[in-house]
Amino acid sequence: MSGTEKETGFTFTIDGVEIKAHAGQTIMEAADAAGVYIPRLCDHEGLRHQGSCRVCTVKAGGRSVAACTQPAAPGQAVENETPHLTKMRRDLVEMLFHEGNHLCPICEASGNCELQAMAYRLDMTEATKFPYLEPCRALDASHPDIALDTNRCISCGRCIRASQDVDGKGVFGYVGRGIHRRVAVNGENLADTDAQVSDHAMSSEVCPVGCIIRKRVGFAVPIGEREFDKGLIGHEIEEKRK
Amino acid sequence: MDNGRNGAGANGLTASSCNVAPVPQSEIAAICERFGNDKHRMLDILHDVQDRYRCIAPSTMDAIASHTDLTRIEVEGVASFYSFLSLTPKGRVTIRLCDDIVDRFCGLDDVVAVFEDVLGIKLGETSADGAFSLETTPCIGMCDQAPAAMVNNVMLTSLTPETARTAAEALMAGQAPESLVSDRFNELSAHERAVRMVENNIRHAGAVLLGPVPEDAGLNNAVGMRPSQIINAVEESGLRGCGGAGFTTGRKWRFAASEKLDRHFVICNADEGEPGTFKDRVLLTERPHLLVEGMTIAARAVGAREGILYLRGEYVYLRELLEGVLEERRRRGLLGKDILGVKGFEFDIRLQLGAGAYICGEEGALISSCEGLPGEPKTRPPFPVSRGYLGYPTVVNNVETFCHAARILDQGAKWFHAMGTEGSHGTKLFSVCGDCLNPGIYELPYGHSVWELLEMVGGTDAAAVQVGGPSGTMIGRDSFHRKLTFDDLATGGAIIIFNGQRNILEIVEYYMSFFVHESCGYCTPCRVGNVFLQKAIQKFQKGLANPEDIDYLKDLSGTIIETSRCGLGMTSPNPILSTLKNFPLVYSAVSKPSKDGIRDTFDIQSAIDGARKIAKRRSYIFDKDFTQ
Repeated sequence: MSGTEKETGFTFTIDGVEIKAHAGQTIMEAADAAGVYIPRLCDHEGLRHQGSCRVCTVKAGGRSVAACTQPAAPGQAVENETPHLTKMRRDLVEMLFHEGNHLCPICEASGNCELQAMAYRLDMTEATKFPYLEPCRALDASHPDIALDTNRCISCGRCIRASQDVDGKGVFGYVGRGIHRRVAVNGENLADTDAQVSDHAMSSEVCPVGCIIRKRVGFAVPIGEREFDKGLIGHEIEEKRK
Repeated sequence: MDNGRNGAGANGLTASSCNVAPVPQSEIAAICERFGNDKHRMLDILHDVQDRYRCIAPSTMDAIASHTDLTRIEVEGVASFYSFLSLTPKGRVTIRLCDDIVDRFCGLDDVVAVFEDVLGIKLGETSADGAFSLETTPCIGMCDQAPAAMVNNVMLTSLTPETARTAAEALMAGQAPESLVSDRFNELSAHERAVRMVENNIRHAGAVLLGPVPEDAGLNNAVGMRPSQIINAVEESGLRGCGGAGFTTGRKWRFAASEKLDRHFVICNADEGEPGTFKDRVLLTERPHLLVEGMTIAARAVGAREGILYLRGEYVYLRELLEGVLEERRRRGLLGKDILGVKGFEFDIRLQLGAGAYICGEEGALISSCEGLPGEPKTRPPFPVSRGYLGYPTVVNNVETFCHAARILDQGAKWFHAMGTEGSHGTKLFSVCGDCLNPGIYELPYGHSVWELLEMVGGTDAAAVQVGGPSGTMIGRDSFHRKLTFDDLATGGAIIIFNGQRNILEIVEYYMSFFVHESCGYCTPCRVGNVFLQKAIQKFQKGLANPEDIDYLKDLSGTIIETSRCGLGMTSPNPILSTLKNFPLVYSAVSKPSKDGIRDTFDIQSAIDGARKIAKRRSYIFDKDFTQ
């Protein structure tokens, strides 16, 4: 983006709060910069926007759109934290829980898991009404330093983009379609790829759940002292406003 | 996981008993070379590999990846997305029986039984010698002559148990699929082949498309006009897209023309996949020149030199006919350089064959597919008219729309505008099927009521009519006065008629299984939510639903519609919502509250059945009657 475009600033509102933005920014980018948190799972700082989890759905000019891909527009009135949108987002997070096998009490990502933390933030505190799909997906422990438990994968694709765009590798990709669409690896199994534990794609910040597991470091920080045990997901963005 | 009825699974990933012969690397190299080692031609490469080796084996994926400068997982992503591509070997003859609700009502089960009996394999299986695969596939666009099947690239229609047996026995005896059509198949012209396999069933020809059409009259006029004049004419005619969404065609062309990039594209969407739609099939067979003429006019209007005709994989039997038409037009100077002798007017078209994916009818997914990617919709904005195929401004219109445009340039905007109703101008092709005397194609001006259409087609005992296919609306007798226009009952063309003998819940469950099968899986609500909807409908079918389940259906549908990324998820709950609205009694009749306020949704007998079979003994505790 050129300097002049960047200077073309404008404002719009999120839940009545005036937000500064410039041409080319998405609603979410502008909100993040202004300290307004919009829940998201597939979007992650430093990675291309994908718009697939739909948890960041907001209403802009009366239409429901994904805040991570929708460009901010001058004078637009965006709704973010309304009971209606929170309910939509909770439905989506519940769908992700029911699509895979998420056994929080025995998962080593518990307390560091964005899916779990999002469920708490969106007040998913009781048993849900959806049916469980109970898939049976193979565990890939072939790699000396990394294990994959895709039962916990939520198909956010952050590992795919991190490996392609940051690591310049392409260890992961999507295969299949519909309910069978899955993240898979570039070979027979993970040991067959050029994946390394030091890749950005394998870092704990990229995988939002406990699917990409670094061997021999599990439970290093005790449950109760983990990232989302201390504050709601998104608090670090919201603190910018204080 | 329940994925509808299709025995082959979503991606044809069913394990198979036959082995993969090692594929010589030089042959893969030759196939890739033929498409310039261009990753954007991945679908063509994979088609060739599949046709030749009956599967895309892991070793071939590695080779294709290295020739096209991709990773293997990127190749696998494409190969595993499309239903007609398979990672495990298919039979040398693959029989795909059309599993549409209309085919089911016309006796699909009996036809399946015959094929299973003669071939000695079950649905979803490949014979041990690798000779045959038998599977089902969603609507192949032959609902007016159901049950129908694809046998490799040959279409069989109006099957009965008798004709199915004859065909299956001939195949078993080693005859080529083509011989099922004619002993002299090789001597027939491409058009003769098409009409021998598939009836046109044109029941009513209107003034625009199916009546007499002079050759290239529209194009002759267009070359004498400035691009802006062409766009004005199309806009003034009131023509709207005939694929279902109904966007104003002239405006679409104007947006694309105003983009100042050095390449522009014109793409024809010949991927009609909505169950019950088959109008484009007839236009592709009988009016292919008119279609290409329309595309050429659009190219002149928006300044495009390159075009793509995206033909759905199910219509592979029309490929030769269409390739022939393109070739003939090149020869006659109607495609290529200096068209009709006009200096600098250059345009050519390549045919892109799809591979079995309904979602590719969505504009962005269709462009992805043309680019050699899995058929996933694109993020909007940007819209295709500004950044489409390969990032260039792209006009995507449906077959019928291009044909209309050519006629408008011939006869004038006023002529077209005068037909139909306010807001819905001109004529529309309706593909009518189901419980009526005369299924087929009707070209009518917009504005007829459903009742008038039913009288025309001999379907007056209809109890329900599905207008616009599963993503449209199902109406009952109290709504048959409603009009077929964009403002009342909008439709891409599908009219499916059901009489009082049909089970509405069975129809709805089928349509939901269709959407589950055809969702691309990109976004959460469509990928997961539709599976939940299908399961909920099954609960109603089994009589296990509570009245609260009706609220659940509405609530979940609302979330899917509001949060989905493209038109598929935004309309997939329609079979449920429109039947809940128009046939509420069907749902309330099977969702009575139980006396104790609790309805048992857990069936212990079916839950332990798997274990019972493995253990080969009964349960002393749960089997009520051990003598059974």
